[in-house]
Amino acid sequence: MFKLLKYSLLDIVKSRFALLYTVFLILVAISIYQVSEDMSKVSLSLLNIMLMMVPLIAAIFATTHFFNNLEFTELMLAQPVKRRDVFLSQILAVIVVLSLAIIIGFGVPMILWGADVTVLTLLGIGIGLSIIFAGLAFMASVLTRDKAKAIGISLSFWIYFSLVYDGFVLYLIYSLSDYPLEKTTLGLVFFNPVDLGRIIMLMQLDISALMGYTGAFFQQFFGSAKGILLSSAMMLIWMLWPMGVAMRVFRKKDF
Amino acid sequence: MKATHIIIGLLLIWFIPTQAAIIELKPGNSIQEAINQAAEGDTLKILPGIYLEHEIIIRKPLTLIGVDYPTIDAMDKGNVIIVAAENVHIEGLRIIRTGKSNLDDSAGIKFFDSKNCTIINNRLEQTFFGLHFSNSSNLTIKNNTLISVAEREFQTGNGIHLWKCKDSFIENNFIQGHRDGIYLEFVTNTESNHNMVLENKRYGLHFMFSHENSYYKNTFKRNGAGVAVMYTRNVIMKENIFEENWGASAYGILLKDITDSEVIGNIFRKNTIGIYMEGSSRTIFKRNEFNQNGWAIKLMASCDQNTFEANNFLGNTFDISTNGSVVLNTLTKNYWDKYEGYDLNKDRIGDIPYRPINLFSVIVEKIPSAVILWRSFLVTLLDRMEKVIPSITPENMIDHSPKMNPYDFRTANS
Repeated sequence: MFKLLKYSLLDIVKSRFALLYTVFLILVAISIYQVSEDMSKVSLSLLNIMLMMVPLIAAIFATTHFFNNLEFTELMLAQPVKRRDVFLSQILAVIVVLSLAIIIGFGVPMILWGADVTVLTLLGIGIGLSIIFAGLAFMASVLTRDKAKAIGISLSFWIYFSLVYDGFVLYLIYSLSDYPLEKTTLGLVFFNPVDLGRIIMLMQLDISALMGYTGAFFQQFFGSAKGILLSSAMMLIWMLWPMGVAMRVFRKKDF
Repeated sequence: MKATHIIIGLLLIWFIPTQAAIIELKPGNSIQEAINQAAEGDTLKILPGIYLEHEIIIRKPLTLIGVDYPTIDAMDKGNVIIVAAENVHIEGLRIIRTGKSNLDDSAGIKFFDSKNCTIINNRLEQTFFGLHFSNSSNLTIKNNTLISVAEREFQTGNGIHLWKCKDSFIENNFIQGHRDGIYLEFVTNTESNHNMVLENKRYGLHFMFSHENSYYKNTFKRNGAGVAVMYTRNVIMKENIFEENWGASAYGILLKDITDSEVIGNIFRKNTIGIYMEGSSRTIFKRNEFNQNGWAIKLMASCDQNTFEANNFLGNTFDISTNGSVVLNTLTKNYWDKYEGYDLNKDRIGDIPYRPINLFSVIVEKIPSAVILWRSFLVTLLDRMEKVIPSITPENMIDHSPKMNPYDFRTANS
């Protein structure tokens, strides 16, 4: 298993994509730090990158990686190794590379220019989102045979979670505005990892605005131990279930 | 020449003590008895210690001076000192534990129909009302510390309470934990300066029907619902700080039916709502700084002819929101940190106008639950579209001359 992981990691590093991604993130972080001195503005700009770019790149990279390594995977499956190990080594390699890119890309500028709890939370959310979207991408990949189709599905996951879902929520809130919707919206947020990450950050960034009645309700929930536990548990479920589904399919898949 | 000077001096020294005697009081003596025996204009010097007394009544001009803060403990019964006289001077007392009743509005020191009184350097702790004045004038309230420890709003009264008073000074007091920090009703020509008003249960400053008053350099921090001022004209508020008033209905200032007033050089920092305005008109807002508020200004459509000029808006979640499409107010030459225009002719004024209301703040105004979508990609996208082609947001809420760089008020104000 570790040998497999090592080889997949080496393979990814050789492809130079990881390097490019890291450099890109470093450049983005440096430019953000240079432009604004205020810490809350920095975390705000970083948040936008985290919520938009990170899931997109994670999804596309994971899908292309799966298909680029398909021959290697098939070869490995012919060897006396467990299918589970083959699958896990592939996905873990992707996750490790994506996380490292974020940690180095954003972490180095943070060490240089200073960080606070908000930015560290942001780092955690970025890694979480990378894992979730890598999982979703692998799920899309094992469900199809065609690379283009798989990328399409991964992209539609991304569009769905970062755009369409919020549109539905907004529409729902708008059309049912006569009813008390705090709990409903709170529930809906849990079904979208991007929203979940965003709200966890919002609680730290826009405290003043969120202290209005509704805001206070959300604040109370996400600020309490129960809320923190529940939202992290939900994040964890989001990381695990696509991966789990992908692995089940992978184990029975006829290559 | 010199000899006559010395003689006049000696005569003065000789005469002053006969005019006003100084009476010393030790713990164990009754303050009330001493007051009854004193002649008009006498000075009572109260030595350090604990005096268990309440309902001390003063009906003649007197000076009460505490040495090293003698404590007058009312042991949770009624008022401590009641004054109904002219030229009363109270200084350096520590007054604790008044009764806790709304029936008689128990207070640390209570004044009725008084004139020319000064209250300086007193400490009031665990009082229901702190200093309570009615129908009085020419008061000087200075350097007092008022601290109440109530947990809820109904368990405490107001810190400094003036009802139907005029021509007074409220200066450099520290007020904490009361219901309203400073409460003024039917008060005219009064100035409040340099007060520190903290963590009161309801409003830091609360005034109604109190015309021609001014407020300079006060700090209002973490009060239950900020500052609320109503039904008043000709108010001047300058260089105050309104800070960290957080909550569902907390405001830096709530202005209701305020007219012909000036709000200049104040700082609004980290409030849920910086300024909430309703039914107010002809008020000028100039050189204020709005920093990291949820909403910098909520300007209701019932306001008209107000001017917002040369203010800084920095790091607020929403700059301005309103509840209607009619805008009868002027915004000009403000600095908005969210402004994205350009300045081709280099006159430091943006070439394209700025619309401070964004679409999402209109939505949140209608449906508060929608706040949960704030900063999502979808909302950012909608805001962009609205900025290009305004459809829902009021078209007249516009700053035609937005500044390119923030004002530096620190140098301008000092």
